[in-house]
Amino acid sequence: MIKQRISYFCSLFLLGVAILAGSPTSAAEPLKLDPAIEKVESGRIESVARAVPSAVSVFVPGGGGGGSGVMISSDGYALTNFHVSSPAGSFMRCGMSDGNVYDAVIVGIDPVGDLAMIRLLGRSDFPKAELGDSRAAEAGDWCMVIGNPFLLATNLKPTVTYGILSGVGRYQYPSGTLLEYGDCLQTDASVNPGNSGGPIYDADGKLLGIIGRCSFEKRGRVNVGVGYAISINQAKNFLGYLRSGRIVDHATLGATVSTEPDGGVVVSNILESSDAYRRGLRYGSEILEIDGRVVQTANDLQNVMATLPNGWRVKMSYRSEGKTVETLVRMMGVHLEDELLKKMSGALPPPPPRPQQPNPEDKDPDQKDKPEKDDNQPPQRAPRGQQTGKPPVKIPQEVKEQLAERKGFANYHFNLAEQNAFIGSLRNQFPANDSQTPVPAQGERKGWLIKGETQQTPSKPVIIQATTDKMSLQIGQTTFEIDKRSEMYDVVTDGSAAGLLPALDAWRRMLINGPRKFGESYYLGTMPLGGERPLRDVMVGIAGELEVRWLSHPDTGAVEAIEVFADRDEDPAELWILRNGDPKAMPNALDLRYGTDSILKIKVTSWEEVSASELEWSADNKNANNGGNLKLKKAVGAAQNTSRKNEVRA
Amino acid sequence: MIRFAAITVTVLFAASSSGLRAEAPLGTWVRDAQKRVVKIYGAGGLKGLEAYQSGFLVSPDGHIATAWSYVLDVEPVVLLDDGRRFESKIVGFEPSLELAVLKIEATDTPFFELSEEPTVDWGDPVIAVSNLFNIATGNEPASVMQGTVASVTELNARRGTFKTPYRGEVLILDLIANNPGAAGGAVIDSDGKLAGMLGKELRDSTTGVWLNYAVPGNALRPTIGDIIAGRKTTVADSATATLPRKDSHNPNALGLVMVPDVLETTPAYIDTVATDSPAANASLRPDDLILLVNGQRVDSQRTLRSLLRTIDRRDDVELTVQRDTQILPVTLQP
Repeated sequence: MIKQRISYFCSLFLLGVAILAGSPTSAAEPLKLDPAIEKVESGRIESVARAVPSAVSVFVPGGGGGGSGVMISSDGYALTNFHVSSPAGSFMRCGMSDGNVYDAVIVGIDPVGDLAMIRLLGRSDFPKAELGDSRAAEAGDWCMVIGNPFLLATNLKPTVTYGILSGVGRYQYPSGTLLEYGDCLQTDASVNPGNSGGPIYDADGKLLGIIGRCSFEKRGRVNVGVGYAISINQAKNFLGYLRSGRIVDHATLGATVSTEPDGGVVVSNILESSDAYRRGLRYGSEILEIDGRVVQTANDLQNVMATLPNGWRVKMSYRSEGKTVETLVRMMGVHLEDELLKKMSGALPPPPPRPQQPNPEDKDPDQKDKPEKDDNQPPQRAPRGQQTGKPPVKIPQEVKEQLAERKGFANYHFNLAEQNAFIGSLRNQFPANDSQTPVPAQGERKGWLIKGETQQTPSKPVIIQATTDKMSLQIGQTTFEIDKRSEMYDVVTDGSAAGLLPALDAWRRMLINGPRKFGESYYLGTMPLGGERPLRDVMVGIAGELEVRWLSHPDTGAVEAIEVFADRDEDPAELWILRNGDPKAMPNALDLRYGTDSILKIKVTSWEEVSASELEWSADNKNANNGGNLKLKKAVGAAQNTSRKNEVRA
Repeated sequence: MIRFAAITVTVLFAASSSGLRAEAPLGTWVRDAQKRVVKIYGAGGLKGLEAYQSGFLVSPDGHIATAWSYVLDVEPVVLLDDGRRFESKIVGFEPSLELAVLKIEATDTPFFELSEEPTVDWGDPVIAVSNLFNIATGNEPASVMQGTVASVTELNARRGTFKTPYRGEVLILDLIANNPGAAGGAVIDSDGKLAGMLGKELRDSTTGVWLNYAVPGNALRPTIGDIIAGRKTTVADSATATLPRKDSHNPNALGLVMVPDVLETTPAYIDTVATDSPAANASLRPDDLILLVNGQRVDSQRTLRSLLRTIDRRDDVELTVQRDTQILPVTLQP
């Protein structure tokens, strides 16, 4: 081992020797390298060559500064820092090492995590970085930073600096009001203003993270050997959210924790409205693991939480009163929506440069550089004087076509595109299957007729009927009908088995109406299903009092679960749609869950779209009230539901 | 050029004698070094004076070498790599090396052995391990940085620009190692051995250039050895009896007028020196800071007075004082 280290070090040193030997003052004799050293060196050269093409140099049009970025998809999606993209607003120009400058448009932003996604236009074959695994990185690993320090890359040749990881899993407190760096990487490779948003690669040229900030303190705004990068694993969690074109937020458990003197993360405070509370987490509970990561200190937990997006549901295990509980927990947002927007405007650097009228009273044209408070942030500012006297920044037509403003969104255009992809996929899977006209012809009234049996012994026959006006669920001899929208809210808050009706109704109405007519709809991003990856695409539709989420498989597009939220602070009705994998085939089973409990599992035997006239409704349809609902809940719920805490519902 | 050639040969020899992997992360070796480095918290936190620095274990019994600085003005708290937290005692210090040795009540601690000979020369690669900027907290491992020894030299030529009492050789580093909180950190050679201790931040007072340097381990070894073995302790010997006032020394009789003692731990700065006194004979001057009395640490004027009470008025008093950046031994003869 030691010998290997020496020789590796030596090879580093030899690099210097070789350069010196090549100078005119040295002996003319060519230097012969040991094959082993040559191998290391050529490996390094290859890695740099592999990494450089995906590096992006970001420039704010009009000379307002800039930074770096990294290409992560061949159709032009690149990551950079929020604090690099924000001075530019929605449009920037990006240089790449191929010698071209591309127009770029903002896609989505994560102001808390300091990430932004932008899209470079004009090519469908961009060189992209290969994403690595930052969890596997260790202090001492060789790494390289490629980017645009001091905006030197005006010649479109990015700068490469080399070093080691000085630390991993670092936590850097929010500087100013928003930006929090959790679970980040620390490197001694030179990081300077302008490197922000750029890539840090491992020695093989795989992307480890996004450079974001450095420690400067008293030595001025230049590298002092400490740079930080947002881990690529955090970025991976947020890619779907960023692609939604939204302004995204980070997650919180809804609880505060402290580290016990002899180790262990213990809950010191918890919100009763949090999902963690509903899952049984209490004051004094010890959190053991979250999202598959063991936590032993409060810092560990904070590190994991900082890498998770708002609204995710992840696995959690905790110990409470001697019992270990494995469960799933839904995250709350760190901010309320308007709070985030408000804070963001406070954290934003001054607006992008505007055309300036020569003003004789303006004695200090550089004053706009001054409000910057945060010395930890290294966005490179334009040199003095460059910001004045420029013509107004004209957004090219090509960029305008991919730009749509809307409150709460960085760029609604990309959300619309995802909505279209969702509805296209929904209309292309069972039960719609390629039907070109999912909307029933005028006057023709249709509905779903689903037959099956409960998966309990003895099994009971199940018949589900769903039309636009009226729905029913019959299990054995018990029938429940809904013919008013308000009843949908009630069945979900009651935790009733009839909660699958609003889910099916939302599905039908989305098929018929599409996202624009469904209600307020948007694409949320990607998140795990039941705590499991791959990350599912999530579409949200809000109609009336109910918020509905469709979780679809990223590859097949098959909807795997529909969640219906009646109240933010209560468990939604989750309808899991179990298939054999083929989205065009009829689902095998439907599984209705509240919290972590399955309360009704139906083996599906037939699922047809029939004319409404073929459906049969009970003669006395007024048994469909809350009394019937409760009866049904008991009849079905009692058999399978043992751990459910009824007092929570009361 | 000759030197380069010679090094190249050595390098090639070393390389050819081993099977080299294409990638050689420093992983386990770095981890071993991190386990021996500690975080130290003490006085400071005001006016750009950080209340933290670094240190490293030098014995299996919890001895820690660190930089002698204001952080140690209070009994420091030490955090080991595994997150364990200890109150520590300053068992010895050597102002001329800017070195202090702390002791914590821990056993079987991993530690660095100090070599008698220099382990590195210029051109050698090194790793610096420290808690610079206090980035690591709790059980988080200290930060590691890599670079080369740029030169092994003395700072004498720069006396007056870099203000330090240290007069020996230093390792000048090409990495930006000496940041706030890095003082007392370990510099490791490519064998994983301790090459030196990161010094306090030094800045050229005229050009504003910050120096990155370490004190070589072999320069620290004898003193650390003496302190650990108890041959050189600066801890007041509690067994020594306090003498009756009339039989012992006191500052006035020695001709020392100290600055007004207004704090709980007022530093032992001399205000004026009485003429024709032992102090005047020993050429003590106003503004000299008394660090040691008979080898025992003076952390305040109160300590100075009580230490003098333990010395017979007919005996000599050995003082160590700091005058600007000089450390001077002085003998007061009654």
